[in-house]
Amino acid sequence: MEGLFTLAFVAQVLRITVPYALAALGGTLSERAGVIALALEGMLLGGAFTTTIAAYATGSVALGALAGVAGGTLVAALYGLIALRFAADQVVASIATNMLLFGLTPFLSELAFGSSASSPPIPGLGPEVLLEPLFWVALALVIAVAWMVRRTAFGLRLRAVGDHPDAAESVGIPVMRVRWLAVLMSGGLAGLGGAWLALSAAGFTDEMSGGRGYIALAAIIMGKWRPSAAVFACLFFGFAEALQLNLQATAGGGVPRELVQMLPYVLTIVALAGFIGRSRPPGALGRPR
Amino acid sequence: MTTSVSPNNTLRRELYATALALLVALAAGSVLILTWGESPARVYGTLLAETWGSAYGIGQVLFKATPLIFTGLAVALAYRAGLLNVGAEGQMAAGAFVTAVAGAALPTDTPGVLAVPLALSAGMGAGALVGALPGWLRARFGAHEVITTIMLNFVIAALVMWAGRAGFFVIETTHTAPIVAGAELGSLGLGTSAANLSFVLALVFVVWAAWFFGRTRTGFEWRVVGASMPAAEASGIRVRRVIILAMALSGAMAGAVGANTVLGDKHYFEEGLARGAGFMGIAVALLGQGQPLGVLLAALLFGTLAHGGFEVNALVPRELVEVLQAVMILALLATSAAVRRAAETAPATPATNATTTTNTKQGA
Amino acid sequence: MSATGQPALEMHGIDRRCGVTQANDKVDLVVQQGTVHAIVGENGAGKSTLMKIAYGLMRADAGTIQISGEAIPRTRHRPAEALARGVGMVHQHFMLVGSLTVAENLILGHEPTRSWFGAVRRSKGRGVLDLARAEAEIEALARRYGLEVDPRARIDELSVGEQQRVEILRILWHGARLLILDEPTAVLTPGEVKRLFALLRTLVAEGKTVVIVTHKLDEVHAIADRVTVLRKGKVVAELPGQAPPEDIARAMVGRPVLLEVTKAPVVLGDVVLAVDGLHIAGRGESREAVAGVVSPWAAVVAGVSFEVRAGEIFGFAGVEGNGQTELVEALAGLREVGAGAVRFRGRDLRGVSVAQRHRMGLGLVPEDRQTRGLALAMSVADNLHFGRLAEVSRPFRLDRQAIDRRARAAITDFDVSPADPAAIVANLSGGNQQKLVLARELGRPGLRCLVCAQPTRGVDIGAIELIYTKLLAARAAGVAIVLVSAELSELRALADRVAVLYRGRIVAVVPGAALADPIELERIGWLMAGGQSTGARA
Repeated sequence: MEGLFTLAFVAQVLRITVPYALAALGGTLSERAGVIALALEGMLLGGAFTTTIAAYATGSVALGALAGVAGGTLVAALYGLIALRFAADQVVASIATNMLLFGLTPFLSELAFGSSASSPPIPGLGPEVLLEPLFWVALALVIAVAWMVRRTAFGLRLRAVGDHPDAAESVGIPVMRVRWLAVLMSGGLAGLGGAWLALSAAGFTDEMSGGRGYIALAAIIMGKWRPSAAVFACLFFGFAEALQLNLQATAGGGVPRELVQMLPYVLTIVALAGFIGRSRPPGALGRPR
Repeated sequence: MTTSVSPNNTLRRELYATALALLVALAAGSVLILTWGESPARVYGTLLAETWGSAYGIGQVLFKATPLIFTGLAVALAYRAGLLNVGAEGQMAAGAFVTAVAGAALPTDTPGVLAVPLALSAGMGAGALVGALPGWLRARFGAHEVITTIMLNFVIAALVMWAGRAGFFVIETTHTAPIVAGAELGSLGLGTSAANLSFVLALVFVVWAAWFFGRTRTGFEWRVVGASMPAAEASGIRVRRVIILAMALSGAMAGAVGANTVLGDKHYFEEGLARGAGFMGIAVALLGQGQPLGVLLAALLFGTLAHGGFEVNALVPRELVEVLQAVMILALLATSAAVRRAAETAPATPATNATTTTNTKQGA
Repeated sequence: MSATGQPALEMHGIDRRCGVTQANDKVDLVVQQGTVHAIVGENGAGKSTLMKIAYGLMRADAGTIQISGEAIPRTRHRPAEALARGVGMVHQHFMLVGSLTVAENLILGHEPTRSWFGAVRRSKGRGVLDLARAEAEIEALARRYGLEVDPRARIDELSVGEQQRVEILRILWHGARLLILDEPTAVLTPGEVKRLFALLRTLVAEGKTVVIVTHKLDEVHAIADRVTVLRKGKVVAELPGQAPPEDIARAMVGRPVLLEVTKAPVVLGDVVLAVDGLHIAGRGESREAVAGVVSPWAAVVAGVSFEVRAGEIFGFAGVEGNGQTELVEALAGLREVGAGAVRFRGRDLRGVSVAQRHRMGLGLVPEDRQTRGLALAMSVADNLHFGRLAEVSRPFRLDRQAIDRRARAAITDFDVSPADPAAIVANLSGGNQQKLVLARELGRPGLRCLVCAQPTRGVDIGAIELIYTKLLAARAAGVAIVLVSAELSELRALADRVAVLYRGRIVAVVPGAALADPIELERIGWLMAGGQSTGARA
């Protein structure tokens, strides 16, 4: 248990939290603008895949990360096409987008690497999280996005569009454009989270997003749709996950690993039932125009 | 899945949208097949031949389609009352698990006529409980069932694994002990396929659902709840009760998947059985316009793709089928919306007496 | 920049189709600068549509628009464009974002921002917000026009009257010279209406132009310089504001209008509904409109007692937000009550379900027909049987033929158009939808008491006549009716007795005939605005 409060443990927690936090950050933007962010899972996966391709081809971590952003944004663009342009049901569109990515990535992986299960190794992140420039980029993004929502004109418009799009339109705000921007940004941020995943594992494995997109949504709900609170929730989930991994390694039990796995999901259900205060989403969430 | 124009036009429009979506999916699939270096004609041809071209193929299609009929009906049932049940995955797992455990716990010489209903009811009951929880959370706290059911999927998956490792799984495996002989559901005898009597059960449920939706007072009341909860409440319908009941019944329907996978095929529960059927049920319900017959047809289509994908694995990776299914759903969402939008803005025959009422008959 | 002598607004040949209806049909409109111009017409005449087109929220199919002499190409006309040219619109349903503050709402779309170096500019959605500056400017503007609002208050914490003031303040802040108000007085007390009109006169004196969309003729008389009358999408008359109301009404409807239904003398039976000391918990919505004082009261209905006998119509007058909604919901069984008792036919209704109340003979015409009264996506026949399924189930199988048969009978009896049981209710006009609700409730077997809220809101005059006739027929047949209405003229026409509701209490009960007396009417208006509890008011 002493290993718990060492720097190594903190580093591990941070390492685990980054993809959650980035996805949750992006998802918050999308949801605050009124667009359901259930497709974060697909955006994470897509970003992880494109990162792998780019890092493998160029040998560069930085280019890989950029490719991850691009990949996530591409997935977001597809989702946006169905959910915004065609104004279809956002829940079903999200699930279908995730399904698509879950099927497409192994197919493309087989095409590119000859294996649908895993890719050849790529240059990855170093062992020291705090020395990793990508980590500081992520941290800077967290601060920047949270500040943007509260203090900039765009952030105000974002909030208005998600709460009462008719009111926003009546003063001349281009509602669709704001929503598109929010969705694309969510894709870019989640894609960066996917990049972190792939680089952290030094390769792509099938279904490596592992439900993180849904946990990110859980964090958004727990954080009552405020960016900084959502990131804190992610930190908590990351802490729990690191804890469980360590307990696994040391005593091999005590707390069944499944209980820890369940924790974020149970907490979300509890939050939605109102046990940690009213959890009210943006007024126009999920309603197409 | 409901629109505000006359029913006949709606049906025609949705069929058109579905056909269009199928074409888009086939086209996208062809692109991918060509990228892979194969011939689309050969791939699609093989797919058709290996599915509907032999008794074994048909049997496998039915086998793969059966869970989808159950989950598709589950989603359609909940949607009738205006609820989106994304938790069929977890309800299915809980149901199948309990079916297997109950089936194994019965006395060894229990006759089939008792064993099957007992094991199945246990499983459907478990599914009902797992479905009722989000229903209750929605009715009591207003917690949206989309999120709670998704979260519960993960919770149930973890719980099942935990229970399995705590003793229900055979040591060193991820499956339960075999069920007693009486609980086994016989095969349909289509070649060596796994198609079993649970398909017949699924058909029974389809017929029941159609009767329930169209002919009963309760089915009507559910439709009112789905159309407008405030109006339903004002008309004396106990909305909270309907929400919980609809989710419970939906969960029970999903829990019936155990009849196919456990009772009819493996004769035990294994982790990962019929994985994805829960989410696919949403697609099936969407494609089937929320109607029981449509669900049946859509399930058969997806079953064809599922088995077909397996059979063409020598030619293209199996994941192609998943991609096809996803593209089909996305395309259907887009075409449905586009067709609906076109109908709403189309200039109709102008009323000669410009009254303030609008006429639903919009001409051919 | 308006050239003097140019009309503030000119619209020519405006056509606009909405679905199957021609909402605007070759409409011409000229609004002179520095005047108050009223656009009147029945519900569904195309007034709101026309103004939305003027403001750029909707695009006309054909026609031209000129603001202060400058033409605006149809394709470029958007709210942003209109705002830039000095046109502001206050909508019927407020366009305010509830979770944001007054200041945030006002600056939305034209946010004053600070660049990184501290310079201030009004940007197009870029840069850091400068809220402090905005708040100061808003306070100054509010003081200038006598509109007290706290710029830091959240919209969803303000009363309806206050929210409207915020809306007006917003367009003034944007520098509007032409103000369009769409049905502004629907949610105001008579006192608040007076204040609004005083403000409008001030604005006009400054050289601004006001267009007011309304269906209330007395308001036209009070404030308008000119009146344009629309009927079924066409302009049918243009009159001076002081023209006789009968002329305007005749133009609105196309025939002489005399909204006097013959009411037989009341024949009272037994007490059917007895309410005693009813309390309903919950925060009251409406606030003290004058001094910006916030004084929520503990119970939204605070001790209401009344009796209704068979054969009489008992009315409730009062501005929205004084407990009527909650009272109606409690009577219908849709809301829990605190202390007090509601007795229907001698039986205490505490704990009695909605379905049971139906069986006992209690019906409800809800104030919001589109959410509470009907399921818009379902058919006419289906909607006609909400809460009446027991009559067509045997016992749990639906008798489709009976449903169809009875639907046709109701459609004929209430003149519902289109006369198609399979028609989807969303496609019916407001009047026909309301007739549907009434057909259903009045046809309830064994009906003893009907609770009826705002029965003619958003309903055209033809349907109003039928609805009044049917209600009076039910009254003659011995049904007790509780009628809640924001229209005093309606209460005068129908009610035998009228109670005035203010802040959850009955502050007076007068005979229905009293509403025909102008002095009594004035007193009632004063009571509706809280006259007694706050002392004499002008």
